[in-house]
Amino acid sequence: MWASFGFEFVNFYFIPGLVLGCIYALGAIGITLTFGILRFANFAHGEVMMTGAYFTWTISTLAGLWLGWSLHPLVAAIPAIFAAIGILMLIDRYFYKPFRNAPTIMVVMASFGMMLVVRSTVQFIWGPNQLTFVKGIDKPNEAVRQFTADLDLMILVPNKHFWIMAGTVIIMLCFTYLLERTRIGKAMRAVSDSPDLARVTGIDVEAVVRATWVVGGFCAVAAGVFLAMDIQFLETTMGFRMLLPMFAAAILGGIGRPFGAVFGGLIIGLAEELSAYPWIGDAPFISPGYKTGVAFTIMIIMLIVRPSGLFKGRTF
Amino acid sequence: MDQLLGFFLYFLSLLTVGGIYALLALGLNVQWGFAGLFNVGIAGFAAVGAYTYALLTTDVSPFHMGGLGLPLAIGAIAAMLLSGAIAGVIGVICIRLRADYLAIATIGIAEIIKLFLKNQTELTNGPRGINKIPRAWEHFTEERFYTSAPMSWISDAAGWQAFFDSLPRWWWQPMFTLTILLVIFGVYILLERARLSPWGRMMTAIRENEHAAQAAGKDVTRRRIEAFILGAVIMGMAGALFAQHLRLIDPTNTFDPAKMTFLVWVMLIAGGSGNNRGAILGAFLIWTIWSGSELVINTSIEIIANYQDMFDVGVLRTRAGYLRMLLIGILLQFILQRYPSGILPESRPAAIGKQ
Repeated sequence: MWASFGFEFVNFYFIPGLVLGCIYALGAIGITLTFGILRFANFAHGEVMMTGAYFTWTISTLAGLWLGWSLHPLVAAIPAIFAAIGILMLIDRYFYKPFRNAPTIMVVMASFGMMLVVRSTVQFIWGPNQLTFVKGIDKPNEAVRQFTADLDLMILVPNKHFWIMAGTVIIMLCFTYLLERTRIGKAMRAVSDSPDLARVTGIDVEAVVRATWVVGGFCAVAAGVFLAMDIQFLETTMGFRMLLPMFAAAILGGIGRPFGAVFGGLIIGLAEELSAYPWIGDAPFISPGYKTGVAFTIMIIMLIVRPSGLFKGRTF
Repeated sequence: MDQLLGFFLYFLSLLTVGGIYALLALGLNVQWGFAGLFNVGIAGFAAVGAYTYALLTTDVSPFHMGGLGLPLAIGAIAAMLLSGAIAGVIGVICIRLRADYLAIATIGIAEIIKLFLKNQTELTNGPRGINKIPRAWEHFTEERFYTSAPMSWISDAAGWQAFFDSLPRWWWQPMFTLTILLVIFGVYILLERARLSPWGRMMTAIRENEHAAQAAGKDVTRRRIEAFILGAVIMGMAGALFAQHLRLIDPTNTFDPAKMTFLVWVMLIAGGSGNNRGAILGAFLIWTIWSGSELVINTSIEIIANYQDMFDVGVLRTRAGYLRMLLIGILLQFILQRYPSGILPESRPAAIGKQ
């Protein structure tokens, strides 16, 4: 059973799907927060992920050149997160804030423009070619392989996948604490539920907006770095490629529902990877070229059947 | 003299591509300017038009399916119909939801169209694209056209060959440009009529206050879907013309979703959304700036290269295109914040009896 079916399924489809799902989940948190709190679909979100990964690459490369340190990407990501959040704040101040009281579609348009501005800036600075993020092949973790092989359930997981999954769980726990226990987290939920009511009760909406960018930016850079660790290279379109699945995840989980977004992200990631599994016959069920199409189809079905998402999010 | 001819041909090509973009902007104006529908999948609809046209009109080819060699007009009409049909499906699903969802869905459909064109290799030749697409007027010089009816009624192959040899090599270029300008003029006249008609007034009412329009008994969803399809039909037409202009189309570079869609948006916003003349003006203006900035940036890079040798200018050369994109993006943000109604703001039709 394991040798004929499970080994291939778990190692080559399920675990990669889970890892991809973690990345989508982190990205979708930012999308769903901006959609819920600032009330617009942020098209520039994928570019923040991409920029964060480029910052991380630059920091670890410079640390290697100047100091001779070889930083783990997750260490180099910490200053990158601060830089990305700073840029997000500037973008919000100069490009989104002027439209705070205008029809929301103006901000959507501004964010669509920012998507290209950010991407072309990155392309101008770092050039259009792919950059190697992590060199070499990450071998499956030997201890896990040995242990599970003894149980006849051999599982091959490279260390990078452990880092990604553990990182996602830790970020999720911190995020839960933030939303459920802290003052600003409660304020965020309040604004998401009803901005007018929140303002009347004395919540500082601008502070909530800043917190949204901090949390969204943090998760986006984490997602970008995780993605770069997974695919091991950087390219300037990596953010745009993530955008559609992240929107799909946010809509699937329900707009304004961060935990829904995480769940949606896992579902979308799994669905994309599992769609290539040879369910019928030997050929992939759906050609891997159409992976993005899977996310899109799920999103369209959701919009037809239940636009509020699985967890009763907001519909506009 | 040769130089003058060069300028003339450059001017014609500005008019040609600017005109194709003007058609796209007019299509977007129906969707956004009239009905307030946010479409960021323009490149997708144009790609559908271009590929439909290409597959129907090219000669038989071993690389892709079809190559039916149909008349050019049939190809263009099919391009419009298919583009409109896809818009209809999207519209029925997404238009009752808020604009953001339509934006996500349209950017999604553009991606899916690109995926389809890239992966259905036996149909579209995949990433390598389709070439030898017949271009209006120039196509008369192709053998398969002048040896078949109706051209073969007038003269035989040798006669036509001699005739074409007697013309200058670029004879078709003014004709092609003129055709595009005529198409724009026709579309403009039709859209102006639509705008001033009860239908157009109803669109404005729906855009400005959906609930009031609904209370007045207007079928909001249906009207919006109509506007969305009409816009997509025009975009399909523009796609077919774009395929003619390029003669070689491929899914990734020709229809770069972000670049093409984004340029059309900048054109419409700069020209003035809601105003058909504004859309045309914006398209020609932004296209001139866009292609002119290439000259300016390349010239300045050469100047930098002449006066210093501290760093390698080749890097700048390969990245100049991104700088252009960056500047045009900043331009959009500037216009959006400072002049949201554009150069030619929308003018509402006067109430009946007051004209």
